[in-house]
Amino acid sequence: MSQFFAMGGYGAFIWPAYGVSALLLGATVAVTVRAYRKARAQLAVLEKP
Amino acid sequence: MFAFANPKRFMDASSAFLPWLVVATVLTLGAGVVLGFLAPPDYQQGDTVKLMFLHVPAAWSAMMVYGLLALTSLFSLVWRHPLSDVAAKAAAPLGAMFTVLGLITGALWGRPMWGAYWVWDARLTSFLLLLFIYLGYIALWSAVEDEVRAARAAAILALLGAVNLPVIEFSVDWWNTLHQGESIARAGGPRISAVFLWPLALSALGYTLLFFTLWTVRIRTEILERRARSILLGGAA
Repeated sequence: MSQFFAMGGYGAFIWPAYGVSALLLGATVAVTVRAYRKARAQLAVLEKP
Repeated sequence: MFAFANPKRFMDASSAFLPWLVVATVLTLGAGVVLGFLAPPDYQQGDTVKLMFLHVPAAWSAMMVYGLLALTSLFSLVWRHPLSDVAAKAAAPLGAMFTVLGLITGALWGRPMWGAYWVWDARLTSFLLLLFIYLGYIALWSAVEDEVRAARAAAILALLGAVNLPVIEFSVDWWNTLHQGESIARAGGPRISAVFLWPLALSALGYTLLFFTLWTVRIRTEILERRARSILLGGAA
């Protein structure tokens, strides 16, 4: 198990790279979806007769 | 191309293809990440070869996005079509994000393999410049109040910045760089083993499709926001 996390001695570089990638991509998806929902909701209010 | 270049038609078409794009993104990105993670250690690089499947797709996407940003900017300057402005504007933050990701994963790969997180070599420096061009582009959009003028100024900046793209691409040939040369798209075929090539191809496709998904959603967002703004302005007049 600890061998798995050690990644042949390169764990200190490999795990952060996965972490940063997941974090940045995930945050971008979240921000994008949230902005879309907000714009859609705002327009729905404005277009209501 | 032009059938698409109409906000109303774009909204209709994109709501039809977006679900498929999401499915394709999830499948390719998932497969790429899993296969990349399970790839055997390289005989020279050991387990750090896993970093290739994170770094190369991010860096590739950063450059592809800039290419599309320059292309849509050209459309906007030549044909003055509002949707191409929207498309260019919507692409920029995504491109900047991929550039940051390319830089960070590159640094984390550079440290164990080269002994340094950062070196001022031609590839790394021109790639850092790409980030500054993206940031400048985004700043320009928010600095100019008038939308039409902002779009024109930003489009011109985008085209000027496009000069940097071939510099990044060929930097490894033109200068003596620490960064390795092209090993995929080269005459004589890819120079990496199939066990690495497949996960890399899937990851790159996954990142690319992720970009197109997010780009589509961001363009839709901008169209909705502009529609809301015009209603508000119309109401005030």
